[in-house]
Amino acid sequence: MAEYFQDYITVAVFAGFGALLVAAAVGVGWLLRPSRPSAAKATAYECGIDPVGGGWSQTHIRYYIFALLFLIFDVEAAFIFPWAVRLEQLGLFALVEMVIFIVILLAGLVYAIRKGVLKWES
Amino acid sequence: MSLLERLFANVWFTAAVKVVAAFALLLVAVILLVWIERKIVADMQNRIGPNRAGPWGMLQTVADGLKLLFKESVVPRKVELGIYLAAPIAAMVPAFLIFMVIPIGRPFTIGETAVTLQVTDLNIALLFVLAMSSLAVYAVVLAGWASGSKYPLLGGVRATAQMISYEAAMGLALVPVVLLASAQSAGDVGLGTMSLSRIVELQQGSFRWMIPGWFVFWLAPSFVLYFIAAVAETNRAPFDLVEAESELVGGYHTEYSGFRFALFYLAEYLNMFNVSALAVTLFFGGWLGPDFGLPPWIAWVMPLFWFFLKTFLLVFLFIWLRATLPRLRYDQLMDLGWKRLIPLALVWLMLFALVTAFRTWGAPWTEALG
Repeated sequence: MAEYFQDYITVAVFAGFGALLVAAAVGVGWLLRPSRPSAAKATAYECGIDPVGGGWSQTHIRYYIFALLFLIFDVEAAFIFPWAVRLEQLGLFALVEMVIFIVILLAGLVYAIRKGVLKWES
Repeated sequence: MSLLERLFANVWFTAAVKVVAAFALLLVAVILLVWIERKIVADMQNRIGPNRAGPWGMLQTVADGLKLLFKESVVPRKVELGIYLAAPIAAMVPAFLIFMVIPIGRPFTIGETAVTLQVTDLNIALLFVLAMSSLAVYAVVLAGWASGSKYPLLGGVRATAQMISYEAAMGLALVPVVLLASAQSAGDVGLGTMSLSRIVELQQGSFRWMIPGWFVFWLAPSFVLYFIAAVAETNRAPFDLVEAESELVGGYHTEYSGFRFALFYLAEYLNMFNVSALAVTLFFGGWLGPDFGLPPWIAWVMPLFWFFLKTFLLVFLFIWLRATLPRLRYDQLMDLGWKRLIPLALVWLMLFALVTAFRTWGAPWTEALG
């Protein structure tokens, strides 16, 4: 158990060290670089002309549907991994079950495609 | 016991040494990687490429980094400051973390302590890697959103949709690796088969005749799926729509300048190195390779050599793709992900699970026939 925690403490230390290193590099840059702010520089980039309207424009609803679909498939991947590790112990029953599960998923994906949610041209 | 042996007997000392070594290695690798890419692309496009800074222009990346360090970092007025400043760091940290679970050489012993050449050997390393590559999405979407500008927002939203689509395909493509690893280590349940060091060990021995027991010979479809997904996941050409200059300017990092921009750039190369290193570990035997019966004082270098050679060859494939293929259109990209890669990955997973089951338990008809 000690080893288990030690592994994850190492992960945390590594992450902290990495963030510090990157922040330190930016900090060194802050000491070295010039800073001459001006109103023109502080405008949002829009190919040289003055920006029109706000920066947070609307985006297509389709991106949201992709996020929903992703959620299903990613949660399902997290579900399949433990199954893959223990398939041998779980036996034929688990295999049949997983095949049924994947077929249902595939049917869902086919439904989404047929429904046209993945279509880009209107 | 010598001083060195006593020091390495302390787990925290070993961990600290590994952390420092891993960072040094990653930074050197990335500096060389950027140079190698520029040189190779230059050759493929019949140019000379960087040739001024250092021998053959090798120090070009260092020079560029220094230059960017001295450049003004313009922060536009409309940004969400906290998130805007945190995003480049959030891009780098997951890239670092993926590398720490990848074994780069054969474990060796100092005195009585076994030292593995990987920062930490998590028993769920594969899930950890997938989780970290999901975290990388945050940096992109937050950078795009926090910039308060149109092009970064569009780039960020596109990048998010692209990365999550291929994330799903990538995860599914890797499940057969776990299946095969579990089947190979039949019965011996001690160490989880999602541990990358264990997966490398399982690839020892041979597949047939002289062919090594690398998983790619069983799982070639998985490797192809993984590689395509990985190219899209790291936003590399031909899937680099995220930073399609002709339509989106710089994509999500349009409003970043100076060293903060450099961090996004470095993170891209770190990710490219990481996905290649992971592919080598999972499919090409990691650090395994012949040591030609060299004397022990030099033979310990060979695993490192094989690991980096294989990784470099995969990175070369990335660069080759970039120099060869034109960029896809966005709807083509999403179609490839959802209508080809994910269904293919699912079907291949089912097929492979059935084959594995038959190999382990025998085909069901043998039992029925008695």
